[in-house]
Amino acid sequence: MSQDHSLNPETMPAEPEKATLEGKNKFFGLWFFLGGETVLFASLFGTYLALKNSTAGGPTSNDLFGLELVFLMTILLLTSSLTSVYAMYHMKNNEFKKMQLWLGITALLGLGFLACEIYEFAHYITDYGFTFRSSAFGSAFYTLVSFHGGHVIFGLSWLIALMVRNAKRGLNLYNAPKFNTFSLYWHFIDVVWVFIFTVVYLMGKVV
Amino acid sequence: MTENTSTNKINSFQKQKNKDEMKKQVITFVLMIAFTIVAFAIVGTGIMQKMFVIPLLLILALVQVGFQFYYFMHLKDKGHEMPATMIYGGMWAALLTIVTLSVIAWW
Repeated sequence: MSQDHSLNPETMPAEPEKATLEGKNKFFGLWFFLGGETVLFASLFGTYLALKNSTAGGPTSNDLFGLELVFLMTILLLTSSLTSVYAMYHMKNNEFKKMQLWLGITALLGLGFLACEIYEFAHYITDYGFTFRSSAFGSAFYTLVSFHGGHVIFGLSWLIALMVRNAKRGLNLYNAPKFNTFSLYWHFIDVVWVFIFTVVYLMGKVV
Repeated sequence: MTENTSTNKINSFQKQKNKDEMKKQVITFVLMIAFTIVAFAIVGTGIMQKMFVIPLLLILALVQVGFQFYYFMHLKDKGHEMPATMIYGGMWAALLTIVTLSVIAWW
């Protein structure tokens, strides 16, 4: 089992996530992907900025948005970013159980964020009749914000799959890069959210 | 003969290094929360004119994103030249896209 030994060394290296070639490639590959994601979200932000005042007589951003819920969502997602940093801290100290615990907290915070977003959309649709088809503003808003929400759903599925799949394996040089890659992706979701709460919600409230 | 005493253990120097790094991360987090509260407070209380609020909000967002990239995502560390190239490349294309779409619509 020489191969197994190379992935389960007696002394873990300082950066287990980048100790193997596969780990390094995953790390660079994810950053490459994030560069592309930046452009994808930019086109959605650009579309939103161009169409945000085309409300077709329907509700405007100022009528719809409530800052309390958005603040709560921001805190949930921002905290989940910190908890995934804690998870990576424990990964570097080779404490698998603690890493799993913090990843679990990250997943719960992510689920909380998602629940708030679903509640928010349901509120707009039932109380204001504001849907994807209401106006160009509606289409641009739901496309941008749901694309981010979709990324959260994907991230949560990824995280839960990783946690379950590796639950009995413990930490090794094979799965450390996987956890690290997820954590980078999760931070990027938070980066996008910072721009969403600033450009969509806060700027939408400034009249 | 001697049993390996360091099985799956991280040496204390590395451990201390990780701990110091974690401290920085927590400070980063506190600053990010503070920036968020400031941004919401400015809009919530409506104490500023629109002309000043929007640039200020954008600056607060950019600083927060900088923290996220450089600290949480370790862009400040060695060996992140390629990731930085990717992200700055993406941001440049992003900026062009947003400026173009805004100019088409609002000029």
